[in-house]
Amino acid sequence: MEQILQEFKTRIAAASGAQPLQIRGGGSKHWYGQRPTGELLDTGGYSGIVEYEPTELVITARCGTPLSEIDAVLAANHQVLAFEPPRFGGVATVGGMVAAGLSGPGRQFSGAVRDFVLGADLMDAQGQILHFGGQVMKNVAGYDVSRLLVGSLGTLGLILHVSLKVLPQALASSTRVFEVGQAEAISMLNAWGGQPLPLSASAWINGVLTIRLSGAQAAVNEAVQQLGGAELTNGDDFWRDLREQSHLFFASAELPLWRLSVPSVAPPLALDGIPLIEWGGAQRWYRGQHNAADIRAVAQAAGGHASLHRGGDKSVGVFHPLAPALAKIHRNLKASFDPSGIFNPGRMYPDF
Amino acid sequence: MNAAVPLSFSPDRQRQVVAALKAVLPPHCVLFDEEDTRPYECDGLAAYRQLPMVVVLPENEAQVVDILKTCHGLAVQIVPRGAGTGLSGGAMPIADGVVLSTARLKRIISVDNYSRTAVVQPGVRNLAISEAAAPYGLYYAPDPSSQIACSIGGNVAENSGGVHCLKYGLTVHNVLRVRIVTIEGDVVELGNAALDAAGLDLLAVFIGSEGMLGVVTEVTVKLIPKPQQARVIMASFDDVVKGGNAVANVIAAGIIPAGLEMMDQTSVRMVEPFVQAGYDVSATAILLCESDGTAAEVEEEIARMQAVLNASGATAMSVSQSDAERLRFWSGRKNAFPAAGRISPDYYCMDGTIPRKKLAEVLLGIAAMEQKYGLRCANVFHAGDGNLHPLILFDANLADEFHRAELFGAEILELCVAVGGTITGEHGVGVEKINSMCVQFSPEEREAFFKVKRAFDPAFLLNPDKGIPSLHRCAEYGKMHVQRGQLKFPELPRF
Repeated sequence: MEQILQEFKTRIAAASGAQPLQIRGGGSKHWYGQRPTGELLDTGGYSGIVEYEPTELVITARCGTPLSEIDAVLAANHQVLAFEPPRFGGVATVGGMVAAGLSGPGRQFSGAVRDFVLGADLMDAQGQILHFGGQVMKNVAGYDVSRLLVGSLGTLGLILHVSLKVLPQALASSTRVFEVGQAEAISMLNAWGGQPLPLSASAWINGVLTIRLSGAQAAVNEAVQQLGGAELTNGDDFWRDLREQSHLFFASAELPLWRLSVPSVAPPLALDGIPLIEWGGAQRWYRGQHNAADIRAVAQAAGGHASLHRGGDKSVGVFHPLAPALAKIHRNLKASFDPSGIFNPGRMYPDF
Repeated sequence: MNAAVPLSFSPDRQRQVVAALKAVLPPHCVLFDEEDTRPYECDGLAAYRQLPMVVVLPENEAQVVDILKTCHGLAVQIVPRGAGTGLSGGAMPIADGVVLSTARLKRIISVDNYSRTAVVQPGVRNLAISEAAAPYGLYYAPDPSSQIACSIGGNVAENSGGVHCLKYGLTVHNVLRVRIVTIEGDVVELGNAALDAAGLDLLAVFIGSEGMLGVVTEVTVKLIPKPQQARVIMASFDDVVKGGNAVANVIAAGIIPAGLEMMDQTSVRMVEPFVQAGYDVSATAILLCESDGTAAEVEEEIARMQAVLNASGATAMSVSQSDAERLRFWSGRKNAFPAAGRISPDYYCMDGTIPRKKLAEVLLGIAAMEQKYGLRCANVFHAGDGNLHPLILFDANLADEFHRAELFGAEILELCVAVGGTITGEHGVGVEKINSMCVQFSPEEREAFFKVKRAFDPAFLLNPDKGIPSLHRCAEYGKMHVQRGQLKFPELPRF
């Protein structure tokens, strides 16, 4: 492993002032963000779980570790990654998961990738290894740079190791379905969100609201009594398909896929097409030929933002434009962490 | 240590800064007479004091912008201050600087039960948010023990936790958005009312940044439904190792308790006469283990936790039968600090976090240090998340005791780092632990922190010399460490 780190260092030194690097783990999200450019730096070889202490609720792994490997050791101890990141066929890696920052169905109730990152090691533009955060739950020494790396798309440096908080598997769960329209589903979800219910995921597609209740058996039973709905027997398959974006909604791959992140209470948005709604109303997927400026204006008016998640014409900008003062801080950070612009240049924003 | 410090700013400079600030603020918002500025000389870490040159109390965001632009223009350093309850001296003034107090920015702008969010100004007290949300059956989860007084702006600065954060998270997990003003006077929104925002997660890096990156003018917090019921188990152990193992066993059983706290015998004997919580003073350690949820859920979980604690060798156990009794069980833990103040003229509260499995090793190490420094130490422990609060008891009036307490504290923090932990779990670095940062982070890592700071505050005017130590400071501290044979990175150059 030392040798691989040395290779990374050599590659970074060679890249400075010459050819930038595109960092890739499992390559399962190569389609995400702006088009990758530069020479490939494959992290797949830098793989393996460094430390796992079930009773400390922490796992530490190298960036190239496939999530399937993490899943296997956690499952043996009845623990999970509660933010349910997409595995994309099992090849997605820890580094890619953190760099992309994508969370799954459990996000609204359990938290996002960033909520579970406790620490990370970064190889910087000088090839130095920097440690941020750690393996403990509470840590306010220094700025929380490890969380800053989540969703940074590898633009600040090469993520080497990540420590993640893990949680016990729910003792019981039940998936329930309700036939309701979009507006009613949004209002039901927000009303339920204010009650002490063991909601752990939700999705509304084509007139059907599906929710997952997870927790102690007694809590799940009580919630089932209170909320009703019909049991979906293959519930786990449904949530997995949603998490992996292999659900039928995502099937027509030729159409651009937009992700809108809005306040959960936003009423149905005035956009063409019927969305898939997750996260209690806070994440809305649209599939279709939408005008980028229009869809962004709608998302922004609702208090959120829109990204061109997959497909479509990336020249409109994959991610929502930043306000000028915010963009200035981004540029400052990029310029100081990556002065020669070698780490995934342009992957997040064209000038970044 | 509390001797009056002579004025260390020039009267001319003070006149210049006051005049510039009065040009943009109403007169009652600018304090500069010593009798008015004296109350701002320290925060909750009263051992460190400094009279500020000027104190400003803005009443709206536009005034914050004007203050920052004015100070930026005059190159005056600014220390933001919330309720002044911080325990690491993060709000300690700078002699020729300005203290910006958010005390008058205390409006609850909205509480929305439908979206389960509240929008508040930074000076709003932590508990006031939960009180405002209570009619809707909602509350704001992070509950630092100072929650009756501490402000949400200060909580954002320190990434405050509390006794329930293993299950409900820290400030960073419960804040959706902050609106800040940069030193250059730009108003910037970090996060939003949705669950994520475009670009880098600057909200995550801002939370816990100790007032060094910007001044908060508005915060959107998540509100969550109040559990229908909560009950707590109080369990006694005749050995701290057994107590520590019991904690691990609870977690291994797949339970995330709403609260999981441990107190050693010194702490128990310290608080029991003070609050009569019903603690077992013969126990070597006691555990408080809380479950919350619906009645049936709590019953199920309490039974499972009791079984685990029994199997782990608990010598006695009682379960709260009413909310009054639950609060009584908690009262001892919550009053540990005042109880320390009752049995000792002064106490010094440390805040290291360790991997739980290292608890016994660290407690034994602390016991040895008690002998070494000739001071007593009581330990209270957020056992669920490994956050240890040793309370070092001393008398500041006795020559050398404070100095010994400081050395004792620094050595505890070094031990925390050595076992794989951190020097501060929730109180922040401030001025207090700035030397210990040299132990935990390499020069390259500290430089990375400075890069973050410069991205927000290129002029280095916002709360400088807090949180992140300079190379020079670490070199000085390093010399001391070489003498004690404790240097962590002997191979690294020291400048």
